Amino acid sequence: MIDFFRKQAYLIDFTLSSLLRRKGKNFGLLLVYTLIVFMLASVMLFTHSLRKEAGIILQQSPEIIVQRLVAGRHALIPSDYIEKMGRLRGVTSKKPRLWGYFYNPVVKANYTVMAPDHLELSTMEVIIGAGIARTIGLGIGDYFTLRAQNDTFSFEVKDILDKDSELVTTDLVLISQKAFRIITGIPEGQFTDIVLSVRNPREVRKVAEKLVQKLPDIRPVLREEILRTYDSIFSWRQGIVFVLLIGALLAFVIFAWDKASGLSAEEKREIGILKAVGWESGDILHMKFWEGVIISLSAFILGYLAAYLHVFYSSAVLFESVLKGWATLYPQFRLVPFIDGLQIATLFFFTIFPYVVATIIPIWKASVTDPDAIMR
Amino acid sequence: MIPAMRKSALVLLFFITGLLLILLTVIDASTRQSLAAESMNSRAMLVSELGLSDLALSTEARYTRHLTLADRHSAFQDHPTSFDHFPSGSIFLPPSQLTHD
Repeated sequence: MIDFFRKQAYLIDFTLSSLLRRKGKNFGLLLVYTLIVFMLASVMLFTHSLRKEAGIILQQSPEIIVQRLVAGRHALIPSDYIEKMGRLRGVTSKKPRLWGYFYNPVVKANYTVMAPDHLELSTMEVIIGAGIARTIGLGIGDYFTLRAQNDTFSFEVKDILDKDSELVTTDLVLISQKAFRIITGIPEGQFTDIVLSVRNPREVRKVAEKLVQKLPDIRPVLREEILRTYDSIFSWRQGIVFVLLIGALLAFVIFAWDKASGLSAEEKREIGILKAVGWESGDILHMKFWEGVIISLSAFILGYLAAYLHVFYSSAVLFESVLKGWATLYPQFRLVPFIDGLQIATLFFFTIFPYVVATIIPIWKASVTDPDAIMR
Repeated sequence: MIPAMRKSALVLLFFITGLLLILLTVIDASTRQSLAAESMNSRAMLVSELGLSDLALSTEARYTRHLTLADRHSAFQDHPTSFDHFPSGSIFLPPSQLTHD
């Protein structure tokens, strides 16, 4: 047994010397390989943690949001819809809400303006999200301006929402209902949507079905649908994630193909010499197995650790510009790390196993050939 | 004088350190989860208090800011065959109620 380990240690020593003889090529390979693992691991860690966090915090989102649709688009809902809904078994409350969007052309930022009925705000006061305060450079007591209709309105910043909640509140502007109606021009008796609370979660779907039967122009959005949407957010099937994944996989296939399609003349000569000085085919295969393991395991370790630091210690800074798009407001948040062992094991398997196999096959072909023929 | 380490021993040391660091990320994750429990609770409370339905990840378009409230025609807001203006539209899937019947 000791002999076996000693032999492997010598083989690893020899493999490392052989790798270091082609420093440039092998370090380049390691760098690209590490970047591929880094990118895949970053996407995996980011999406999994985001999904988990969304699942936890959006568990408190409204059970049913009722929207009115006109010509396929979301429209204002009249308050008499509450009476039209009638008495619904299991529904404990029906609250109309006022909210909307505001574009500030000066800072090119979109705000979500809400007018919650339970907040004690005068018509001249607002509470803003930390993202807005940071972008415009506002503090408590400063004046926040909204240009609407034909007028400009200034509000005193009463409070700034907690920085910890930026992931959900970065662009929020909380305002009184009266002020909201003045700046938007939405008349009394009209609301953005209606929120229903249902006592028993198992009755939610039934309530939604009854609502649609009574009022065919409404669309209920259920909490379970909100949770399902965020559970499949950044699915591998769509858009940029798919492009990234395909890009990474293609790069990997090129690597493997390059390795599998043939050895360099230098590598062939090395195998020939080793065979000529008495190495067996098995020893050469062992040596090349170690070469594959050293490169792929190093790339996995470095790529995964870099991805962990990127996602959980630098707020996934590389994804920021992709998610931000044309927007100027972006939440500063530190995701709570949730690691899915199965995902990491899958990444480990798919990054290490194909590479080791792709390295071994051409070597096996060369190592069973006559050394004289290889060296010629 | 410390004898020079063999290359194989150095590689083994590198792998063991790397694997220990990976293990450390798991420990770090579980520590940060318990430390963040309170702030996550307060975020959930705020969601409940204000009736929020979405994450503010992308604020450029209404259908990516409030992903779950988007309607079937959100991405074609100007006319039925217009292309999506916003880069974030290519990142997020449509809400589940529009993709599940």
